Amino acid sequence: MILTIAARELRSTFLSPVAWTLIGVTQIILAFITGNQLETYVRTIQPQLHMYLTPPDITGEVVIPQYLWLAIVMIVISPLLTMRVFSDERKNKTLALLVSAPISMTEIVLGKYLGLLAIAGIMLATYTILPLSLLFFGELDFGLLFSSILGVFLLMATCMAIGLFFSSMTANPLISAMLSFFSILLLSILIFVPGESPDDFSLADISLFQHLMAFVNGLFSAHDLIYYLIMISAFLILAIRRLDSDRLQH
Amino acid sequence: MSKETLIRAQHLSRHFGPTVAVNNIEFELHRGEVIGFLGPNGAGKSTSMQMITGNLAPTTGSVEVCGIDLLEKPKQAKAHIGYLPEQPPVYKELTVDEYLKFCARINRMDKVNVAAAVDMAKQRCGLSKVGQRLIGNLSKGYQQRVGIAQAIIHTPAIIVLDEPTVGLDPIQIREIRTLIRELGEEHGVILSTHILPEVQMTCDRVQIIRNGELVYQDTMENLTQQFHGSCAVIGLGQEISEDKISTLPAVASVERLAPKRWRLVFEDNSEPVQQIAKQIVDNGWGLTELVPEQKSLEDIFLDITTSEEEHSPAEDDAA
Repeated sequence: MILTIAARELRSTFLSPVAWTLIGVTQIILAFITGNQLETYVRTIQPQLHMYLTPPDITGEVVIPQYLWLAIVMIVISPLLTMRVFSDERKNKTLALLVSAPISMTEIVLGKYLGLLAIAGIMLATYTILPLSLLFFGELDFGLLFSSILGVFLLMATCMAIGLFFSSMTANPLISAMLSFFSILLLSILIFVPGESPDDFSLADISLFQHLMAFVNGLFSAHDLIYYLIMISAFLILAIRRLDSDRLQH
Repeated sequence: MSKETLIRAQHLSRHFGPTVAVNNIEFELHRGEVIGFLGPNGAGKSTSMQMITGNLAPTTGSVEVCGIDLLEKPKQAKAHIGYLPEQPPVYKELTVDEYLKFCARINRMDKVNVAAAVDMAKQRCGLSKVGQRLIGNLSKGYQQRVGIAQAIIHTPAIIVLDEPTVGLDPIQIREIRTLIRELGEEHGVILSTHILPEVQMTCDRVQIIRNGELVYQDTMENLTQQFHGSCAVIGLGQEISEDKISTLPAVASVERLAPKRWRLVFEDNSEPVQQIAKQIVDNGWGLTELVPEQKSLEDIFLDITTSEEEHSPAEDDAA
């Protein structure tokens, strides 16, 4: 049941030009940055490689920064991908179709979310072709690559959950996109508000990007994984509650 | 009643803040029956439909669907309901086939039965030729049909249609009404509308709702009987004074409609048409026309829906 809804979501997304355009534009931006980074590496770092004790490798210098860029681009892109997920159903009054069917609100939300995750996965996969093309010329640190991909995927998944929640709030896709954009932006820039000492709790600890750092440094910690999972579940539960409250007495 | 009860709604009420949209409605739907929910705009028809289909939780009261409590076991109960909301819930970017397949799947049909169900629904709603077309490119009438196809695709016991003929052309309206009658033979159908002839043509039972309250409830049969022959229009070959005409048997009042045409209102519970015809012929007035008129549903509807309100022009027309 969840899969049926996810498949419908994915299909509708790719029937509209929005998803194609966004994937294409992201690809162009990142290809441009990668090219630049690669040139810098070849021009300035490679000639001096013999001078380092532990030479900086291409994965850390070229590939990983691109994933950070992808994560930053996602702040802008994900609200556009999620804005219509429930807003459109509200606007076109198609939500009644799902609500009248013998499926629970949880299944509806999970189905839609799964569809969004698939889109995130597709974006990530199309982008990953770029670093993999470097394999023609050298070697990559796959451990670091995988942990970065996982980290960025978790960040994207969180952005999708936030966007899905705001989409469930309003019948206007534009408002939903703006609300999720500002929320994601706020959660991202909190990384610049560190605490006095590393042991204290600080606002940076709830930043989406703070927890990405460990992943892109090749460090897989349960602590960061749990942070993302909590964020995702919280926003999905909020979305379920929000949609259920339409039915119930206010 | 011996027939299987499909819906039993008890003490249904729904408030929106201080507004009472629906107040203490009770009714039953049996298999093989078409119920017409009739009422002016804003009377609470759609709210009632939404509560029956689980789109809206009632403030008080309960709905039992095929013996299953809708509020306690919504999933099981909803499997027995097909619902067409006021606006057909169609995804405009999908083709008719894709859409109906999706609908069959979310209604938990087995994959093997989906194709047959889609064909069946398309055939019943006259959609066989447009299966490959995008719903967004279809006319309003066809979109409405897709909406109906969606409601019947899993052959639910109960079909709830909220104003199903809005926006259709006369031919389509006739087809849809025939379809509703057909569906009413095996299923239980609830139909909401403000079009009166529609109820007269399709429904077995009529329920009139006004300001959220059920104000009238009877079978179509009783209704027709009750108001049959309460007046007649006569046409005569010459001008006769109204005083003379009112001497005809069982005539309560006379109204002049046009030169040489009058409407006679009969006394209650009388069927004097035969005697009147005989009397007119005996008097040598030159009978050219004698048409017994039924008090139409419209009259009843207007009587009921405007009874407690101020005297409105609409009432004058109906009288």
